[in-house]
Amino acid sequence: MPGRTPESRPEAKPAASQPQAKPEVKPSDVIVNEKVEVVQKEEKPVAEKISIGELHLSGCTGCLVTLADNYEGLFKLLDDYADLVYALTLVDVRHVPEMDVCLVEGSCCLDDKLSVEELKQARAKSKVLVAYGACAAYGNITRFCRGGQWNQPGHESYVPISEVVDVDLFLPSCPPCPQAVRNVAVMAYLLLRGNDDQKNLATAYLTPLMQLAQRGDTACGCDLMYDVINQGLCMGCGTCAGTCPVRAITMEYGKPNVNRDQCIKCGACYAQCPRSWFNFDVMNNYEGIMDAIKGAMQ
Amino acid sequence: MDVLGNYKSAISARSTDKDIQKKAQDGGIITTLFAYALEEGIIDGAIVAGPSDEPWRPEPTVATTKAELLAAAGTRYTISPNLYLIKEATRSYGLDRVGIVGVPCQIQAVRKAQLYPIGMRDVDDKIALALGIYCMENLSYQALEAIVEDHCNQKMESVKKMDIGKGKFTVYTERGAVSQMPLKLIHKYVQPGCHVCLDYVANLADISSGSVGSPDGWSTVFVRSMKGNEVWDGAMAAGLFETKPMDQVKPGLDLVKKLATEKITKNQKNVDARKTVGLKADGTPKGLRNPYESP
Ligand SMILES: Cc1cc2nc3c(=O)[nH]c(=O)nc-3n(C[C@H](O)[C@H](O)[C@H](O)COP(=O)(O)OP(=O)(O)OC[C@H]3O[C@@H](n4cnc5c(N)ncnc54)[C@H](O)[C@@H]3O)c2cc1C
Ligand code: SF4
Ligand code: SF4
Ligand code: SF4
Repeated sequence: MPGRTPESRPEAKPAASQPQAKPEVKPSDVIVNEKVEVVQKEEKPVAEKISIGELHLSGCTGCLVTLADNYEGLFKLLDDYADLVYALTLVDVRHVPEMDVCLVEGSCCLDDKLSVEELKQARAKSKVLVAYGACAAYGNITRFCRGGQWNQPGHESYVPISEVVDVDLFLPSCPPCPQAVRNVAVMAYLLLRGNDDQKNLATAYLTPLMQLAQRGDTACGCDLMYDVINQGLCMGCGTCAGTCPVRAITMEYGKPNVNRDQCIKCGACYAQCPRSWFNFDVMNNYEGIMDAIKGAMQ
Repeated sequence: MDVLGNYKSAISARSTDKDIQKKAQDGGIITTLFAYALEEGIIDGAIVAGPSDEPWRPEPTVATTKAELLAAAGTRYTISPNLYLIKEATRSYGLDRVGIVGVPCQIQAVRKAQLYPIGMRDVDDKIALALGIYCMENLSYQALEAIVEDHCNQKMESVKKMDIGKGKFTVYTERGAVSQMPLKLIHKYVQPGCHVCLDYVANLADISSGSVGSPDGWSTVFVRSMKGNEVWDGAMAAGLFETKPMDQVKPGLDLVKKLATEKITKNQKNVDARKTVGLKADGTPKGLRNPYESP
C-alpha cells in the first residue's frame, strides 16, 4: 500500500537492486505513513518550477511526441510547473544537464558507448529518473533486435535502462499515454515543491509506479497469466484487452487470451490491470485528484 | 471508507418507463439513466452487456440508441468484460462522452484507467457516466451453464430470466417453469478473482444500483459523485423515476450494509490468508501476490 517503501515481490523474480543514495531527494525519501488528503484547490503557483529533461536513447521518438501530444497542456506544464531543460530537437542543449526529473526514452544500446555514458550522466544528474515508455522500462520491441539493421548493423545488444542504472519510476506502454506523463509531471512537481499535503498525495500517487520499477524489467502479455490469472486474481474486467496497443489480447469467455507472437512486450496490459495493483487510498479520492489535476492544467 | 462508500443520497426507485420495466432486471435504473443521458447528450453511447451468438453470454457492446439499451437490459450472471471497449469506444466508435456500466471491480478498473491512464490514451476525460451494479460474486460462462443445465435442469436457450434473491438462484423459462437451487451450492463455481474483491455496491461509480434493500421490482440507488448527482437530479426532474425514501422500504439499507460487511469481511480474510498460504525453508510463511499492496 502506498505509504510504504516499495518492497520486492515475495518470490519468483529476482529482486531488482535497491536504488543507491545518489540524488539528494528521491521519491522514497518522502514516503510517510499518513493518510492522503486531497488538496482540491492548490494555491496559485508556483514557487519555483521543477526542471524536466528527456534523454533519447534507442527509441522511436514516439515517447517524446507523446509529451507534445498534451498540446496546450504541454504549454501549461511549461508555463507554470516545469522547465524543459533537455530534449532532442526541442531544446538546444548538447550535454546532459542537472535536472529534477529525467524521462529516459528508449532502451540502452550497450554497443554504443555514448548511450551508456549519457544514461549514467542522467542518473547522476537527476533526482527522479523515469523509464519513460516501454523500451526504457522493458525493452519492448528492441527485445527482438539481433543486429544487422541499418544504419548501425553492428549494434545488437539492447537492454532496458534499469540493467545499466537504477530507475525510480516506470511509465510503461508503447507509446506511453500523454495524460499519464502529464499526471506524473504534475505529481513530481507537487512532490518536489508542494506543501506537506501535496507531498503526501504525490507520494501515494507515485508509489505504485515506483514499485513497478522494483518489480523487474521484463514484461509480456504472459504476465497476465503468471501474475494475475495463475495467482487467482483475474475477474474478467477486460481492461488488459482494451489497453493493448497492438490488439494482441482478446477476451474469451471472460478471460484474456494473449497472442504471444503479436505481443511486443510493452507492459501496458499488466500495469493497467486493476488486479496488478489497486491502491484504495488514491482511488477512493479519484474525484478530488482528477479535479486537482484538471485545476492545475487550467 | 465505509463499506457502502461515499454517497450523497440513497433512494429506493423504479423506472416509470413501461418498456424498460418489462426488460430490466430490477427497477430499470441503469437502462433508464443511460436512455436519459443519451437523450440529453450527456453521453454519446454506453458500453453495456449486449447479446451475443450464445444464449446468456453477454458481449460488451456500444449502445447508441434506446433500442440497443433495451436489448442489453437485464442481468447476465457471467462475465461481461465491458472495459474491453473503453478505449475503442473513443476510437472506432468516435464517442467523446462515454457511458459504461459495470460490476464494482469494473468500476474500479474505470477509475484506475482515469487516474493512471498507462495505456489508455485520451480516455480519462471522456468517461461521462460510470454506472455500477452491486455484485456479490460472478461466474464463468461454463459455470453458469453447469448451474442452469445440470443443477436447475433447464436449457440455456429456454431461459427467460435468472435472478438471485432470498438465498436462491432462480431460473424462469419461456414456458413458465421455475427452477431453483440454494445459493450456497453456487459457491464452488465462483471465479477465484471474486474471493479477493473488497467492494459490494460499486463505491467508485457515479451512481450505483442493485435490488437488495428494496422491494421486488424496485432498486436501491446510491448517488455518489457530483456528476452522478447532476444526472440523477435531471432524470428525477424529467419524471423518469418513482421513488421512496430508503427508511420507508423493507428490508432497507440495513440489509445492504449487512451484506456489504459480510462480503468485505470474508474477502479481506481471504486477502490476508494469501500472505501465509505457503512455507519457506526457514519455517516462516510464504505469501502469494497482494494486488492491494504492490504490483
Ligand atoms: C454478476 C452479477 C452479480 C450481481 N449481484 C447482485 C447482488 O448480490 N445484489 C444486488 O442487489 N444486485 C446484484 N446484481 C445487480 C442486479 O442483478 C441488477 O443488474 C441491478 O439491480 C440493475 O438492475 P436494473 O433493473 O436497474 O438494470 P437494467 O436496466 O436491467 O440494466 C442492467 C445493466 O447491466 C448490464 N449488465 C448485465 N449483466 C452484466 C454483467 N454481467 N456485467 C456487466 N454489466 C452487465 C446490462 O447490459 C444493463 O445495461 C448483480 C449483477 C451481476 C451482473
Ligand atoms: S485486466 Fe481484468 S481481465 Fe485482464 S487480467 Fe486484469 S483482471 Fe483479468
Ligand atoms: S499483450 Fe499487448 S499490452 Fe500486453 S505486453 Fe504484449 S503488447 Fe503490451
Ligand atoms: S465479486 Fe467483485 S470481482 Fe467478482 S465480479 Fe463482482 S465486483 Fe467483480
